[in-house]
Amino acid sequence: MCFSLFRELSWLPKSPPDFSLRCRALVDNPIDFGRRLQGLASFRLDENQLNHLAKLTTIARKAGADLQPLVPFRLAVLSNSTADFIIPTLVGTAARHGIALECIKADYDQVIQQALSPESVINRAKPDGVLLAVDYRALPLGCQLGSREEAANVVRQALSFIETARTGLKANSNVVCIVQTIAPPAERLFGSLDRVLPGALRYVIERVNIGLAESIVGTEDILLDVAGLAETVGLAEWHSPTEWNLAKLAFSNSYLPLYADHVARVLAALRGKSRRALVLDLDNTLWGGVIGDDGIEGIQCAQGDPAGEAYLSLQRLVLDLRARGIVLAVSSKNNDETARLPFREHPEMLIREEHIAVFQANWNDKATNIKAIAKELSLGVDSLVFLDDNPVERNLVHELLPEVAVPELPSDPALYARTLAAAGYFESIRFSDEDLKRARYYQDNAKRVGLQTAAGDVDAYLASLEMEITFQPFDETGRGRITQLINKSNQYNLTTKRYTEAEVAVAERDTDFFTLQVRLSDRFGDNGMISVVICRQHADSEWEIDTWLMSCRVLGRGVEQMVLGEILHHAERRGIRKLIGSYRPTDRNKLVRDHYSKLGFTQVRRDADGSTVWELQTETANVAETAMKVRRLDFGPHREASRRVTAHA
Amino acid sequence: METAEIYQEFTKIFHDVFNDDSIVVRPDLAANDVEGWDSLSHIRLVLTVERSFGVKFSASEISKLKSVAGLVDLVRSKQSDS
Repeated sequence: MCFSLFRELSWLPKSPPDFSLRCRALVDNPIDFGRRLQGLASFRLDENQLNHLAKLTTIARKAGADLQPLVPFRLAVLSNSTADFIIPTLVGTAARHGIALECIKADYDQVIQQALSPESVINRAKPDGVLLAVDYRALPLGCQLGSREEAANVVRQALSFIETARTGLKANSNVVCIVQTIAPPAERLFGSLDRVLPGALRYVIERVNIGLAESIVGTEDILLDVAGLAETVGLAEWHSPTEWNLAKLAFSNSYLPLYADHVARVLAALRGKSRRALVLDLDNTLWGGVIGDDGIEGIQCAQGDPAGEAYLSLQRLVLDLRARGIVLAVSSKNNDETARLPFREHPEMLIREEHIAVFQANWNDKATNIKAIAKELSLGVDSLVFLDDNPVERNLVHELLPEVAVPELPSDPALYARTLAAAGYFESIRFSDEDLKRARYYQDNAKRVGLQTAAGDVDAYLASLEMEITFQPFDETGRGRITQLINKSNQYNLTTKRYTEAEVAVAERDTDFFTLQVRLSDRFGDNGMISVVICRQHADSEWEIDTWLMSCRVLGRGVEQMVLGEILHHAERRGIRKLIGSYRPTDRNKLVRDHYSKLGFTQVRRDADGSTVWELQTETANVAETAMKVRRLDFGPHREASRRVTAHA
Repeated sequence: METAEIYQEFTKIFHDVFNDDSIVVRPDLAANDVEGWDSLSHIRLVLTVERSFGVKFSASEISKLKSVAGLVDLVRSKQSDS
């Protein structure tokens, strides 16, 4: 996992199977080319796919297509290795970061000549920036072992090589130089002593890198920490002797997408396109568990518990980001009060309410909330990163607000922090006093923004989820999970009646009861059992809905309407004329206060404690169902074929 | 892996590397038959084959390659090594 995180850029969504078809569609119909190119570039692409995007860009440019909203950047590449592989990968990757990149290539291994001659290809091209892609093989690093003076001399010479190139480029073209640190080779001469002994390659390169970093300070040039990148993936992975011998590749082509992404981040930062704010989901993202169901004692975010520590490490990273000027916001499907509880009362939570600039906890879809957050912060949605463990939420935001960066997260929360950091959304080339002040500016805010109109076509998105809902009466196999849900669910629970497994078994067998266990799957996987219903028959023609609960994970997906449709379906076949539902308020289930009203029931009673009773005549009931496939299992002699509900207008 | 399966995988690789879904991969397919098959894309092709089959070739093995059939044989010999 950690390994492929960097090689495959696993924070990006997987490329779709029809990727090359989509590429072709872009050529055939270049309308809105820039935006669509950026969309394609935002997938997890290998070198070949990135090359395709580079070709498409060249074709489009020749045809005079408008590349808006991509911002143009002309980059010259000066290298002692083969730049031909780097350049198309850079062009494809830059689109991901909002840059329409054009590259100018100098001949192989002509760094100093190109920099110093005013008539060189590079200097004549008047680029916006120059990438000095120089690796250790370009520098005169050979040195007598053991001599401190001579080693210092060699370090000076190496630095002056780079300095000469920079000065020449500045004098001739007045461009920004992107200077790379040097990744040392994996091979050692003595062993660990290489770091101690003056003149050993590792000793020298370490000092060259320090010198390079210092030489950047106070200039407008930028450091690209290739040494750090190689360290992260491992030097033996980074350098491929075979590939160097074969084609003078300074590092293994497997890491081209990663390298290109790092170059593109820097270019994007130069053009002011870095992300500014981080929008956080709460349940199972910032802490383990569901605050509305598990309560303050039940959620995991404490030291001494491996799961809790995983979430704390993400919280620590988030706070560090805030300290460097990244604005924090929350988007959670919760009641506002419930969602704020851990921030206020959990003793080990690191993030507190005062760290959050905008706090959106409601039951709206997240795309809508994220738009509201952007508006409140006066930022474009393209400045936002959205972190959520739930693939359905991630995908909704990705589809409806493609400008928002939405990292894919691995299943293990211990890797959340690493994944978020690896994605490099907040790459920055300077750090200023303003950045420091920004955190203070949003102090003590945690502002809540009113509900907004929907951000996009949520129904169409739901239809694209390929949901399949399965209805089944209680049975022995499901009994354990049914009992667990009955005793655990707090939020989407109309009556919060708790039953033992023995009592559930009675409902399973007794013909006075009609029961439902409901499962939901979609193209992201199986959500398991997500809803439970128990109806008790009164008189001949009435069902009282004794229990109706649902997992909040599937909120906003039309499940409750489908469940009502299913109840009505069976009620009709058994001569039931009336459904009676009730809502019993607790301190956790405000969410479902209007459940029956939304489903078209009529209120018939209201008690002093806020309890309400509702009725629905089965003959006149009218349910708006969502597009999903319905499966029915084990409804005895009345067993019927599956039905399919298609999208409603 | 059977030769037929290798050719199937090769077809996908050729389509990816040369950005052309119409290429039919045959044993005697050569650089002249495919638009854009130059020395650079040849390296890309070989490295993509390495990644996709999880094998590694030496520089001399790569420089000796003359045809698709040779590359398929090389993949097979590496797979039987492991």
